[in-house]
Amino acid sequence: MDLTLTQQELEFRDDLRNWLSKNVPAGWQKLTSDQTLEERFHFLCGWQKTLFDGGWAGVSWPKEYGGRGATLMQTAIFWEEMARAEAPPMANVLGLGLIGPTIIAYGNDAQKQRFLSKILSAEEIWCQGFSEPNAGSDLAALSTEAVLDGDRYTVNGHKVWNSYGWAADWCELVVRTDKNVPQHKGLTVILVDMKTPGVEVRGLKQITGESEFCELFFRDVRVPVENVVGNVNEGWKVAMGTLMHERGTFGAGIQVAYQRNFKRLVSLAKKLHRDQDPLVRQKLAQLGAEIEIMRLNQMRAFSRINATGVPGPEGSIQKIFWSELNQRLQQVAQEILGPYGLLGKGDTNGFDEGAWQFGYLRARGNTIEAGTSEVQRNIIGHYVLGLPKSY
Amino acid sequence: MNFGLSESQQILRSNAKKFFANECPPAEVRRIFETTLTAFDAKLYAKLAEQGFTGIIFPEQYGGLGLGRVEMAALLEEMGRALVPGPYFSSVFLAGTVIDAAASHEQKEKYLRPLAEGTQRATLAMLERSASWDPEDVALEASLDHTIAGEKLFVNDAACADFLVVAARAQGELALYIVDTGNVAITPMNGMDITRRMSAIGFDRSPGVLLARGEAAEKALKTALQTATVALSAELVGTMQRAMDLAVDYAKTRKQFGKPIGAYQAVQHQCADMYLWTESSRSAVLYAAWALDNNAEDAERAVSVAKMYASDAGREITSRAIQVHGGNGFTWENDCHLCFRRAKASESMLGDPSYHRELIAELVIDGAAVESAEEETVFVSGV
Repeated sequence: MDLTLTQQELEFRDDLRNWLSKNVPAGWQKLTSDQTLEERFHFLCGWQKTLFDGGWAGVSWPKEYGGRGATLMQTAIFWEEMARAEAPPMANVLGLGLIGPTIIAYGNDAQKQRFLSKILSAEEIWCQGFSEPNAGSDLAALSTEAVLDGDRYTVNGHKVWNSYGWAADWCELVVRTDKNVPQHKGLTVILVDMKTPGVEVRGLKQITGESEFCELFFRDVRVPVENVVGNVNEGWKVAMGTLMHERGTFGAGIQVAYQRNFKRLVSLAKKLHRDQDPLVRQKLAQLGAEIEIMRLNQMRAFSRINATGVPGPEGSIQKIFWSELNQRLQQVAQEILGPYGLLGKGDTNGFDEGAWQFGYLRARGNTIEAGTSEVQRNIIGHYVLGLPKSY
Repeated sequence: MNFGLSESQQILRSNAKKFFANECPPAEVRRIFETTLTAFDAKLYAKLAEQGFTGIIFPEQYGGLGLGRVEMAALLEEMGRALVPGPYFSSVFLAGTVIDAAASHEQKEKYLRPLAEGTQRATLAMLERSASWDPEDVALEASLDHTIAGEKLFVNDAACADFLVVAARAQGELALYIVDTGNVAITPMNGMDITRRMSAIGFDRSPGVLLARGEAAEKALKTALQTATVALSAELVGTMQRAMDLAVDYAKTRKQFGKPIGAYQAVQHQCADMYLWTESSRSAVLYAAWALDNNAEDAERAVSVAKMYASDAGREITSRAIQVHGGNGFTWENDCHLCFRRAKASESMLGDPSYHRELIAELVIDGAAVESAEEETVFVSGV
């Protein structure tokens, strides 16, 4: 146990801190608060490009693909410093956190050359085609089909809950390539250019009123065989690798938002003269403690990945933790803000341009997306604790 | 940077685990609390001393091992798992830490050395009728001639202690004394944790030896209680790990409706929660231990975060372990209730979760500056 930074880690931190102090756009929160989803996304793409040009977009990625080749500990420092500087998040969230690492782990050289640096620069935005109307938690039951025809696959099917589908240039798609074997042995991961004829993107209007997610329809979409990641019919392994990343390391950036929101909530509690109410104090202290523990769990997980090389099923505790904690945080915010918390965008009586109404509604999805809390508890029960499979 | 036990810390922990499995197995724990009124077994205590456990964090100068709080946490986790009965915790972490922080060199030779070497035992008499762990609430009067009159309550392991460390008030100032147990009246209290007994102490102009008073006493007591709080939180992590292991093992073997009950999600998900809370408590405790040793800026908050979270987790996990065991878990013979009792007693000891949440609130709410909306506008991300 040693949390003091090495000389190398100190230099890394100081370089980054110095760079951030010069480059984080001043007042960006206020500037983007009344923007549309698309306008804001455009801003975040620009910010990611700035990070890329400074060499900070994919700190843990290999240098040859535009990364910095940083250690996991430096990666942890990266997120801490981003939080400290209250920097904006990056735009290409799925490409950076999930698809890039998957290509690094399972892709061939040509794929790495073709895709990785454009993920980092936000030149190409990525989405993920995993869930289907009849395959959510039971992902292996998916039915989007890819049939080999010469040097191309013909893809037909329907995917739902694609984050960033509306902005995406590329999609990491899981398809069925063999119907005559057990469900999870007939799947393949393939990368699809969203501009290919036959791809249709429809906004999926959700609980918040926004269409952050999309539905994707594939009708006779022709995809070159060289776009298969890993081996044909081994897509389950590749997809699970992606999901492990999603659960294990995706949480690192989230504390940036939570710490910012918590700080703001404390400040609003003071403004509304609720900060001396013992019940409010108890609840805020509980939240502050849990946000801290989320950070510590993440640091511990990084240390474990450092020792073992891969994120393990323990990542499921991170997924449960960040999703359920955000719901608790948003609930406490509503209790403190009372009717002000209900107000949405454009209502000048409220605080923060409707962020608290949005936050409360949006958080409801956290325990469903990226694997429901129930599925995460199944994973812990079976793969970590060794209990019999329950499904 | 490495967040986790180093190799030598892991060795210490696994040796301790083996030691307790051999020297303090569940049957021995039961024998000790069933055959003694104090849960004290001299033979076991001598073995703890032989291992150096009684001196783990004390300076080598006074017979200790001079190890850090992270090593302490690793050891205490194993003690909590084994539910080691008797006065070890009180003597080392409630009394020893105060003496270490408050006493002069001569006093440490006289009072700390025998505790570190395990030849004597002591405890801390702090709580009174107010049942408050806030040092400001200490009211027991000490006179100018260092005699003490009045009572202390909820004193752990006093019945097998050689002397007491007493927190009192001398002319309005906090003052810390050593009082020989031969000069006080000790009345057993019927506490819930049968592996760790409590007593009420009556002082009738009992002579004390002054360790420190005023600011020095306040500082020493605070320092000592912080270490004790992390030690207790580490012990709680071990106890919750034990309860979880019992529950998971039982869920794998107990069959109902033709299947192991662990195959039912209603049971399995409770076990998954136990895992999440145990690991989270462990992270919080390791960090607090490290923060104390390294004088980290946020050490005070880290200690309260660890105790608050581990207390709530300990209570909930040991409770659910009984639920998973069904009727079996409700029997005297099953070890679940020993964990359940210990977790409850430790939850209340050294400040319960509400007490520590208020301490956190003072740091994160009262310590934060008020900002105007113009200075900072929040953005709630979708995550």
